[in-house]
Amino acid sequence: MEASKVIHAIYTDDDILMSAVKKVKEERHHIEEIYTPFPVHGLDKAMGLAPTRIAITAFMYGLVGLTVAILMMNFIMIEDWPQNIGGKPSFSYLENMPAFVPIMFELTVFFAAHLMVITFYLRSRMWPFKNAENPDPRTTDDHFLMEIAVHGNEKELESLLAETGAVEINLVDKAH
Amino acid sequence: MYTFSNKLKTFSFILMILGALGVGYGFMTSHKSFEEVEHLLAEESHHGGGHGEEAAHNEASHGAHATVDTHAEGHGETAHTEVDEHAKHIKHVQHQIANRPWSALYVAAFFFMMIALGVLAFYAIQIASQAGWSPVLFRVMEGMTAYLLPGALIVLGIAAASHFIGHNNIFIWMDPEVVAHDKLIQGKSGWLNIWGFIIRGLIFIGGWSLYRHFSRKFSIAQDTAEDKSNFKKSFRISAAFLVFFIYTESMMSWDWIMSVDPHWFSTLFGWYVFASMFVSGITVIALITIYLKSRNYLEFVNENHLHDVAKFMFAFSIFWTYLWFSQFMLIWYSNIPEEVTYFVTRFQDYKLPFLGMVVMNFVFPILMLMNADYKRIPWFVVMAGLVILFGHYIDIFNMIMPATVGDRWFIGIPEISSVLLFAGLFIFVVFTALTKAPLLVKGYPFRKESEEFHY
Repeated sequence: MEASKVIHAIYTDDDILMSAVKKVKEERHHIEEIYTPFPVHGLDKAMGLAPTRIAITAFMYGLVGLTVAILMMNFIMIEDWPQNIGGKPSFSYLENMPAFVPIMFELTVFFAAHLMVITFYLRSRMWPFKNAENPDPRTTDDHFLMEIAVHGNEKELESLLAETGAVEINLVDKAH
Repeated sequence: MYTFSNKLKTFSFILMILGALGVGYGFMTSHKSFEEVEHLLAEESHHGGGHGEEAAHNEASHGAHATVDTHAEGHGETAHTEVDEHAKHIKHVQHQIANRPWSALYVAAFFFMMIALGVLAFYAIQIASQAGWSPVLFRVMEGMTAYLLPGALIVLGIAAASHFIGHNNIFIWMDPEVVAHDKLIQGKSGWLNIWGFIIRGLIFIGGWSLYRHFSRKFSIAQDTAEDKSNFKKSFRISAAFLVFFIYTESMMSWDWIMSVDPHWFSTLFGWYVFASMFVSGITVIALITIYLKSRNYLEFVNENHLHDVAKFMFAFSIFWTYLWFSQFMLIWYSNIPEEVTYFVTRFQDYKLPFLGMVVMNFVFPILMLMNADYKRIPWFVVMAGLVILFGHYIDIFNMIMPATVGDRWFIGIPEISSVLLFAGLFIFVVFTALTKAPLLVKGYPFRKESEEFHY
């Protein structure tokens, strides 16, 4: 196991954090992670994170749900047992389609919503009984923590971070 | 300040002149004598296609096996067995042909009026909800609502003229002879009578125009005012107007649209018409904003504002579809004869416009405007907007035409010219109004927020 060191810089204000992120990015240091108690608008842009693609997955899940609804209703109501129920025309799917639209709609939404949420959990590695990966419990309350990898340039980094308004700078050994 | 470019002014005049000529042509060619119509029908009966549709139409009214007889020669025989039947049929067709230019004019007039009315409702909602993104677009909206007073008077005028000048070419309940033989309309004559119709119409128009007049006045007064009293006043009248609007809009839709089919009624019709006018209004806000922006009159409007307007276009297209489908599905499902004829005629004689409008008003916008990036691209929003507008023209077309011209519909010279005529008038009135005031509200409390709006 190779032990590597990271610096934890702690801030108490999201505006100061944002300007610090911009400065650190300008100096071309790699920010490993940022822990915040609440969503900070524009932080992902400042960090240069790639935009999420979860909306695209949701769209595709919706199409899956729509397909499931159509195939299911077509098989049950039209192919398998085309009964005359109250005079509804069960000769073809299209003829009876308006009656299936509520189901088509709901299943589209159901698949899109639930599968997207599950995708979100998988991609962000969240599940019950998972050990919290929190380096400092204060970041869930009122502190912001920026984690930067150190490659023998700790002095330079520390002075840079102190300049940006960090209230606390810790050098941490992190076992990978 | 905006200056009405000469090019656009000339363009609007050309539209109006071309439109007026076409409308005149439509009226001149719609007066067919009994013999001419008889000849026309005889001609058509030689062609299989037109004849088949005719048969389907006739048989459907008897509720019998329409589909079986469609391609058979049943029609020729049934219509010619009795001379009375034949004369009645020709009278019927003659009347439909005479109705066409009236209805074409009415549909186009209503379409452009409803854009202005939809914008007025949107404007009132923006003020009443104290929206922070839209104040930079207020002057564009105010300019567009300038068309409401002339536009609404024209709609009411055409409706009244179709009674007094024409021969009840749009609303059959205005015809005393029809009413005399129709128990159903007699029962409704407490509401459906010509003077009640005109007085109600004037009350609606008066209320809307009063709100428009005062909100515009307060908006301009707020530009130079020292305090926020004008803003507060416009907030109060907007809230009051919205209450007035939702009642009168609903009644207006019964009067001006639903009563073309006086035997038919639907409870959510007012909402349905509202959705159509709202989405068309918002779409035109987007189009005019993009136009003015491209001419560098709106530096303070950026792609974030466009994004928000496009979101409204997207959302209200879906809202329109929801109401359209709710109305259609409930009637289709229960299939009560007195209600379902409305959709039977539309489905048999108007299949392409009826289904085509669902594609244009729902499928197209939902696929085109779903992506957040696309909503920020002006030309993309323009393309989607034009399709939505055309779709909602067809929507109004589908509401009026089946009741007035039946299966004698076509989108030809009378229809296109009427659209050109009112499009020209709309452009002229709206862009003239835009020159009357600066394009940015100055003293409005949310102006700064709106200028710096980003999403």
